[in-house]
Amino acid sequence: MHLTVITSITGVLVLVYILELLRRQQLREKYAAIWLAIGVVVAPLGFFPTILDSTARKLGIASGVSLVLFAGFVLLLLVSLHLSWEASRLEAETRTLAEDVAMMRAYLAEHHDYPIARSNSDAAKATDPGVTA
Amino acid sequence: MIDGKRVLIILPAWNEAEGLPKILREIQQKLPGVDTLVVDDGSTDSTAAVAAAHGSKVAQLPYNLGVGGAMRFGYRYAHLHDYDVALQCDADGQHDPSYVPTLIAKLDEADLVIGARFAGEGSYKVRGPRSWAMKLLSVVLSRVARTRLTDTTSGYKACNKSMIEFFSHWYPVEYLGDTIESMVGAARCGFVIRQVPVAMRERTTGTPSASPIKATIYLARAGLVLLLAMIRRMPKHVKAIQPGTRTTAARSPQLIGR
Repeated sequence: MHLTVITSITGVLVLVYILELLRRQQLREKYAAIWLAIGVVVAPLGFFPTILDSTARKLGIASGVSLVLFAGFVLLLLVSLHLSWEASRLEAETRTLAEDVAMMRAYLAEHHDYPIARSNSDAAKATDPGVTA
Repeated sequence: MIDGKRVLIILPAWNEAEGLPKILREIQQKLPGVDTLVVDDGSTDSTAAVAAAHGSKVAQLPYNLGVGGAMRFGYRYAHLHDYDVALQCDADGQHDPSYVPTLIAKLDEADLVIGARFAGEGSYKVRGPRSWAMKLLSVVLSRVARTRLTDTTSGYKACNKSMIEFFSHWYPVEYLGDTIESMVGAARCGFVIRQVPVAMRERTTGTPSASPIKATIYLARAGLVLLLAMIRRMPKHVKAIQPGTRTTAARSPQLIGR
């Protein structure tokens, strides 16, 4: 099978999958914009891997395919870095929420006889059986 | 109440149901009128229930946040409930509550007082990479804090009101953040840090980590935490909290309005 067949099919599938996730509102718009842009740029490359050859040569890279590989690597690095950043931010947010919940539970236990859970696994089980192993 | 100050002892506890009754009873006997707050850090045993049964205030974190997270919560609690002094202390009985008045007395000349294990009293000893790490930390932190500190990873500390406010807004929650980074941050923002010698007791529950590999990893991580603590930017609203409001009367007016 010719290389372009695999790459073009992959390009189209990825683009379709991004659109489908968007359509079902599984991707937040701030991420969707990035992924759509990436999809639109990458998909044509699947059909015509040679269109980047001249640009690559100007940059001193042997072929367009190598350039795509390199650019892809850098892109993935940036994307995962961004996700780590988002995860750190989310962790800080959930931590503050957990503290606030504990603060209110302490207040309610002291002033309004709110029950003190025998253990947190009991409390978690009561609300969400999926959380504890 | 000690010397007319409302005092809160914060005990971060993770599955400490066994050791808690002893330490809580000891605190109540030796330090009547002092409040205790057990921060149940997502325990799976009956830590919270045991603490409540022994007359302590209890806060249950919905899941485990680590020692730093539990302490940050403790300081937020102390700040919200307007305590004059907050002490942190291990729930496993290593820290002798008899030293609490000594630590509080030292707050007259400092914002943060550390109960140091190597400063004369007691016979606590460590060797190998772990002791190198502790020495390195002592040397660097002594320079940062402009005072002689010998035990910078001690979890036995007392804070005055402005220190509580500072820590309730900014407290590092990652590994070793509760000891190293919190101190560096406080020193960098101008808070006065002092130490008093305390004797440590054998822990009644749990085991210390002693393997040389673990100790080496500890050294590396401590170095990284220290480096990050030195170069990290302090948020503006945290830097605005002024040290040196050592008594309630001396509390600066611009802090009250916020």
